[in-house]
Amino acid sequence: MAATKKTNSQLVLDGIFLENPIFRLALSMCPAVGLTTSIKNGLLLGTAVLFVQVFSSCTIAAIKNFIHPRIRIPTYTLTIATWVTVIDLVLAAYVPDAYKQVGLFVKLIVAFAIITMRLEMFACKNSVSASWWDGIGMGFGFMFGMVTIGFVRELLGSGMLLGYDVLGFKPLLFFVLPAAGFFCVGIMMAMFNYVEVVYNRRKESKS
Amino acid sequence: MNASIKRSAFRPVWLVLALLFLLAGCEKIDNPFIKKGGFKDARSIMIEFAGAPDASWVSDPANFKVFQKNNPDVLLPVKQVDVGPDKKTVFLKFGEDLDLKLAHTVSMASIPSEGKDMGASFLDVKKSYFGYLFSILIGAMLINNYVFTKYLGLCVFIGTSRKKSTAVGMGVTFTIVIVISAMISWFLYQFVLKPYRLDFLQVVTFIGLVSLTVQAVDTILRKVNPALFKAFGVYLVLVIANCVIIAVPLTLASAEYNAAESFMLALGAGGGFLLALFLMASSRERLELANVPPTYRGLPIAFVATGLFALAFMGFSGMAIF
Repeated sequence: MAATKKTNSQLVLDGIFLENPIFRLALSMCPAVGLTTSIKNGLLLGTAVLFVQVFSSCTIAAIKNFIHPRIRIPTYTLTIATWVTVIDLVLAAYVPDAYKQVGLFVKLIVAFAIITMRLEMFACKNSVSASWWDGIGMGFGFMFGMVTIGFVRELLGSGMLLGYDVLGFKPLLFFVLPAAGFFCVGIMMAMFNYVEVVYNRRKESKS
Repeated sequence: MNASIKRSAFRPVWLVLALLFLLAGCEKIDNPFIKKGGFKDARSIMIEFAGAPDASWVSDPANFKVFQKNNPDVLLPVKQVDVGPDKKTVFLKFGEDLDLKLAHTVSMASIPSEGKDMGASFLDVKKSYFGYLFSILIGAMLINNYVFTKYLGLCVFIGTSRKKSTAVGMGVTFTIVIVISAMISWFLYQFVLKPYRLDFLQVVTFIGLVSLTVQAVDTILRKVNPALFKAFGVYLVLVIANCVIIAVPLTLASAEYNAAESFMLALGAGGGFLLALFLMASSRERLELANVPPTYRGLPIAFVATGLFALAFMGFSGMAIF
């Protein structure tokens, strides 16, 4: 595949909507189910993923000419692991309280399929600046997905938003339970599919 | 000749029995006056003495200092001491539930009995070790199933649960790799990373180790058993993309498990993953035939079904064995 012809803003927007890692690509679902009981967790992990994605994309894009194709996967893994360690230590030092909740998942970013996939599909073929913007798009897309699910679950589950009591009562306690994460993700994916179906139907009827 | 065959066949049984006796006998009590100690229920500890200790001494809760073995600074207050009908058995009652997973120590300074001082004792009270190991296994498999209650490894879980045969192949491969890699990473963490204070390299080390294990299993299997490799080789690459494989070594490192406990946890995690995959594959084979709304076809309905399984698995929470 040749280098991408998309502009930087297109790269970012694609990452958020058309190629949204959670709803469209269905990658790295574990945190989308496990950590979305509140918006805050989603934001924190989203930031961590954004950081790791952007920096490992740039690193790989910068050294892509020196990597032997046969050892590229181990190289990706080690690059990601390095940046994960960096963000892990930074978060543990600066936001220790929030880190306690998301700690395990921050370390697990190393096994998230989305990051490796972006390195394999994009960063190893494109320039540093394009990889930077692609990383930002993917990172924000992930954050967008996490925050949307977190919004629904926090609002319905505990009647709060960002820790502030909005509703004053708890509509459906079920939504903070672990199992509800699966339902939520499933239903939201179905909604995204529905939007796509409607969109395609309109396009057909116009033409 | 027949007899000799019989005898040699029985040898392993004797070995196992001897091992069991060794393990059972390793629980030493430092004072011969105390026969045994153990948990009676969540709020009481039972101590059996060889003779009857003085009633005035026994009835004072201040004579028994109880603490968790790994945490000797925090004394657990004894609320009340009851004496059994034979005067030799003593029950220590507590106001709060004890953590039965941990070993507790009962410290008694000079036990008086019929005018004589029987000496001091630090009595360790803990559950049977095999039961504890078994509870780790069941805990990782059912109570804290990595897929349904910890939501890890979902990418691979959703990806490989379309057919039963795929599910079993993936589950078995995963179990083998996770047991091997968890044992190696436990060893590395305990004997290299921890002594040299390289804890911050955990993530890098463990993920590197996992890739190495996968590569090694790949190479060995290809040479040793090509038929097996044909069946399971495809799944080996997918193992790396599964977060459970990195979560287990991290759990082992933070919980400070020993070798046997680590083995049980890894086996439980692998077995739990296999179980989850098989359950899901069975229901998804049925879903193929069902009339699902078009927008829900594929991934969304799989997630909803997983949610139902997760609800069912919540029934295991709070279950305590041994």
